[in-house]
Amino acid sequence: MSTSLFRATPVARSALRAASAVKPAATFVRGKATLPDLQYDYGALEPYISSKIMELHHSKHHQTYVNGLNSALTTIAEAESKGDFTKATSVAPVLNFHGGGHLNHTLFWENLAPASREGGGNPDGALGKAIATEFGSFESFVKQMNAALAGIQGSGWAWLAKDKAANGKLALITRANQDPVTGNLVPLLGIDAWEHAYYLQYENRKAEYFEAIWNVINWKTVAKRFEA
Amino acid sequence: MVNLGNIWQNLLASQAPLQAMTGNATTMSGLATYTLPQLPYAYNALEPYISAQIMELHHSKHHQAYVTNLNNALQAHVAAITSNDIPAQIAQQPAIKFNGGGHINHSLFWKNLAPAESPETNYSEVAPSLAAEIENTWGSFDGFKKAFSAALMGIQGSGWGWLIKESTAGTENSRRLRIVTTKDQDPVVGSGEVPVFGVDMWEHAYYLQYLNGKAAYVENIWKVINWKTAEERFQGSRENAFAELKALL
Ligand SMILES: [Fe+2]
Ligand SMILES: [Fe+2]
Repeated sequence: MSTSLFRATPVARSALRAASAVKPAATFVRGKATLPDLQYDYGALEPYISSKIMELHHSKHHQTYVNGLNSALTTIAEAESKGDFTKATSVAPVLNFHGGGHLNHTLFWENLAPASREGGGNPDGALGKAIATEFGSFESFVKQMNAALAGIQGSGWAWLAKDKAANGKLALITRANQDPVTGNLVPLLGIDAWEHAYYLQYENRKAEYFEAIWNVINWKTVAKRFEA
Repeated sequence: MVNLGNIWQNLLASQAPLQAMTGNATTMSGLATYTLPQLPYAYNALEPYISAQIMELHHSKHHQAYVTNLNNALQAHVAAITSNDIPAQIAQQPAIKFNGGGHINHSLFWKNLAPAESPETNYSEVAPSLAAEIENTWGSFDGFKKAFSAALMGIQGSGWGWLIKESTAGTENSRRLRIVTTKDQDPVVGSGEVPVFGVDMWEHAYYLQYLNGKAAYVENIWKVINWKTAEERFQGSRENAFAELKALL
């Protein structure tokens, strides 16, 4: 995952390879986070998610998280080089917020696809089976996920995740703000419940956004992450 | 718990005609019902800094939802108390805090805004004692504005920024000011604080007009702060600040 999120330049990549041969600490090379391209046009998720929302969400909001992450990493690297661990530690909340924002949105874009292409429908195969086992049925899963989304107090995300500590059992979880899904939980499908994700189109009617988004869920991506 | 909630909602619905007839806002459980306060100005009164569309949605939809959900949560809570169901009581607490906070915060917020260029927004004219304490604390109004704006911009996710007067036990006569930020709808109650004025940093407060440009919203909000209300809250007590809420029953 980190390879797609942190695009190292060719120079940096060869330096990384060289670094693995030498002492890692001596030749630390940092990849820079970059905004990933969408695999569809801004207007491709219409009428479920408007072009204007997609453009702002990707080119402005996500870009801000990328910038914030890079600046947090720079601050930490500089503090580290000076042995200023107080300064490095103080960056933790900003790193979590912007790093989480970058990770979450990157996963989210891949979770979406135009309704005329891979978007919508029901998951089949092993994933479809696991969802039916865990949540009773696909319809029941959608209902539970929508209820979790509606229950978020403030900004946050709901995720379908795989619990590595429980034999890959599926779990429905929510995260506040941009807190990323980490540890034993592997994020499979995330839905952004921040107001910026729907407000221009749905205003205060967020339940309509939660209903609509199922038309553009890319189950292929979810299945791939589930089987990985 | 869900079922319990439904039962109470049904009960409430069946009482609604009676309430409408008698104008009595209390329910069979003896609980008062909170209502949406009227804005002290028109929806378009804060233009061009806050659009009429934002104000209308914010007040008539968002604030109304907090009021409705607060009343529902309180009814469910009372039902849980009546039936000695402690888990069900605890289960309602997040909803009471969230929706009660939403109701309190927005009620305070509307009153600490005023049309730009109106007498109430004339800081040095209408807020002499607050201005003195602000300058005493931050050196100058600009110093305060910078610190408050930075606090607003630092909020991660949904939340509020407040100027508060400290008022813990033994410091009731304190004039000490502090800037605090709160997450989601956490209200500035319970820890001895007098809210002087607050700024809503949820995206719904600015997105239709400012989109992702929240720095511009933060810059413009200063044009519509009601310093007269702020001065009154600064000179008053906690009880005064929340008295208007009690009146909304
Ligand atoms: Fe987002
Ligand atoms: Fe609000």
